[in-house]
Amino acid sequence: MHHVVLERWSRGSSAIHRRDPRAKIAPLLMFLIVLATAHSSLPALAAALFLLLCAALVWARLPLAGAVIRAGIILPFTLVFAAICWLGGDPARGLSLLLKSYLSALAVLLVVSTTPLPVLLRGLEMTGVPRFLLMVAQFLYRYLFVISEEAQHMRIAAASRGGSRSRLRFRAAAGALAVLFARSYGRAEEIHRAMLARGFTGHFRTLGALRFRGTDAGFAVIASLAPALVRVAVERFV
Amino acid sequence: MHIPDGFLATPVWATLDVAAAPALAYTVRRAQRGFDEARIPLLGVMGAFVFAAQMINFPVGIGTTGHLVGGALLAFTLGPAAAGVVMAAIVAIQALVFQDGGILALGPNIINMAILGVLAGYLPFHLWGAGKWRRMAIFAGGVVSVLVSAICALAELLVSGVRMPAAVLGISLVLFVVSALLEGAITLAVVTALETIQPGFIRKPAAARSLALGAVSVVAVLLAAVGVLFASTAPDGIERLGQQTGIAAHARALLSTPLGNYQAAFLQSPWLSKAAAGLAGLALIYTACLIIGRLVARRGSA
Amino acid sequence: MTQPLIEVHNLRFRYEDGTAALNGVDFRLEAGETVALLGANGSGKTTFVMHLNGLLKGEGSIRVCGMPMEKPNIQAIRGKVGLVFQDSESQLFMPTVLEDVCFGLLNRGLGPEEAAERARAALDTVGMAAAASRAPYHLSAGEKKRVAIAGILAMEPEILVLDEPTTFLDPPGQRALGDLLARLPQAKILVTHDIAFAQAICGRAVFFQNGTIAGEGPVEDIVIHFGWSFALERSKSGI
Repeated sequence: MHHVVLERWSRGSSAIHRRDPRAKIAPLLMFLIVLATAHSSLPALAAALFLLLCAALVWARLPLAGAVIRAGIILPFTLVFAAICWLGGDPARGLSLLLKSYLSALAVLLVVSTTPLPVLLRGLEMTGVPRFLLMVAQFLYRYLFVISEEAQHMRIAAASRGGSRSRLRFRAAAGALAVLFARSYGRAEEIHRAMLARGFTGHFRTLGALRFRGTDAGFAVIASLAPALVRVAVERFV
Repeated sequence: MHIPDGFLATPVWATLDVAAAPALAYTVRRAQRGFDEARIPLLGVMGAFVFAAQMINFPVGIGTTGHLVGGALLAFTLGPAAAGVVMAAIVAIQALVFQDGGILALGPNIINMAILGVLAGYLPFHLWGAGKWRRMAIFAGGVVSVLVSAICALAELLVSGVRMPAAVLGISLVLFVVSALLEGAITLAVVTALETIQPGFIRKPAAARSLALGAVSVVAVLLAAVGVLFASTAPDGIERLGQQTGIAAHARALLSTPLGNYQAAFLQSPWLSKAAAGLAGLALIYTACLIIGRLVARRGSA
Repeated sequence: MTQPLIEVHNLRFRYEDGTAALNGVDFRLEAGETVALLGANGSGKTTFVMHLNGLLKGEGSIRVCGMPMEKPNIQAIRGKVGLVFQDSESQLFMPTVLEDVCFGLLNRGLGPEEAAERARAALDTVGMAAAASRAPYHLSAGEKKRVAIAGILAMEPEILVLDEPTTFLDPPGQRALGDLLARLPQAKILVTHDIAFAQAICGRAVFFQNGTIAGEGPVEDIVIHFGWSFALERSKSGI
């Protein structure tokens, strides 16, 4: 499964893995902005940025083919839109949609595959995103697969009970969702009790701030400049 | 609908990213209610629930299935502010972990689904959730939350210059309406089932008094006024309003109107045009709720 | 005679909907003891143990390590009574094993370095030191249980309370848990259905029935007395 694979990759060891998450967030935003604001020589720019990302993937010791294919997860969706643009008489935009969205997804995949999600969230917190929101996301991620598994079991159980009339199955599905809701709510109460039992006084304390070193700064600068330089070069010489 | 990166024009995603920050900060402050972080696990777990709930298929009769989107259900059980935070977390996790939706597009996606969609879904429940129109309010909440999110996303795409043939536009809107109705039905069915398990799960809104209606009517009128003001300052403001309401009927006019020529004007004042689209749409919805609410109140007191 | 670690007198508790869960429970726990709480589902065992660290509040008196169960003492009592919940998945709520074990220590006000050091020591005690940076979701049931215990041990409690600890464990996991518990010096209360497990490590048992303790004595005697001897026979023949 997609998230399982990404999680495994995120625990690898490479120079990029070891960088502070903020040193990866800034270049990512730069890359995305450079790509999003480009309007000319798109195919050439896309090819050049693709090579740049591939080089980064190799440096991160991630499986190149695997990553390139995984980023294609969004292709079905974007192909539909590209087709719509083509039908609307604007094939250039359709191509732009395809290239930009794919490369953006690949760039995000690179960052997420070199940074465990809790660390990434911590980095975002230190750049000003509200802590409450990020901690909700952290807990969401922690229990995402637990509750998905429960939903999976309920789905199989419901399917094996059969029933051919749509209306009955509709109600059965709603009942299943309500049970899943109640169970999830109950689990949240269990978690709360477990927190209280270990002395929770209303505030989550962290294990300590991330340290931003010289190597992180250097990496951030170089990685942020790279896509900009690539674009300048492409727009000048192509 | 999660908009990927590369779809929206720079002025559109940039202004919406800037607009999303204070809106989200406000939503977080409301949900947090002081500095107690004890609610975090509940919100996180219910976010995971919504994710997982998308696996459960609801048969739609013609051999297809749909699934819950969840904004309205969260609003009815956790309250609109908490629901907004949960939906924002869902959008963020979907973008980061599943590359479903862009990063630069987080502002638009969060505004569409976590803020506008949740607020719009909660409004009918807030107005009529306490009376005998409760089931209708819950159904309407589900419908409106998905409809508003989808229309806002579509508007953002159109303003960004994604040109759609009339037929495709028509089909999209039909699909939006169908999925909105489905969301209403699923939300109502789940709330009904939940009430048999534990009635306390669903919040009890304050009884719809004329004070509440009065406050909403003031807000609706303000929004309508602001929306009309913005729309009129942009060229072809009326045309755009027509675009939002009579889309199928005016589809041919849409094709023949050289939208392309107006892109330059739009791009010069992107905030205005986007604001016009969004606010006008929202004002229409609020006004519709208000009118129906007045009719209902009159019937109830008769 | 040393003071008992836990003293409970006439504990009564009703749920919000009115069902009586505890109808006057008297209980003592001495230092170094391992006591089994037996009884049918719904007889009040779990409800009872949740009173021991103040998660539930009933009528009657409870003293833990000499402290009465009152609001100003509750945080201190929660440091003395380590409760290991039945479902480890809900207990290990932090993103990594190390962060989870540090949770209680950080709440107590320890600095990050000291907390991490003590957490690693606790993980070492349960044999899970290598898993410090792993995500709890990927651990097996037995490993999760051990990490949950480490999270409690790190707080250096005097009493360990375990609610149905063998529920999700396979026989080798149960064996490993039994060995671990036998090694730990704290007094222990074990809520369990697993008679063989109780027999192996518990010095005495109390039997819950309808919200009170109906009998007390060695595990085998209690089991026979309350008609659960079939469970005993199963455990004897190794089923």
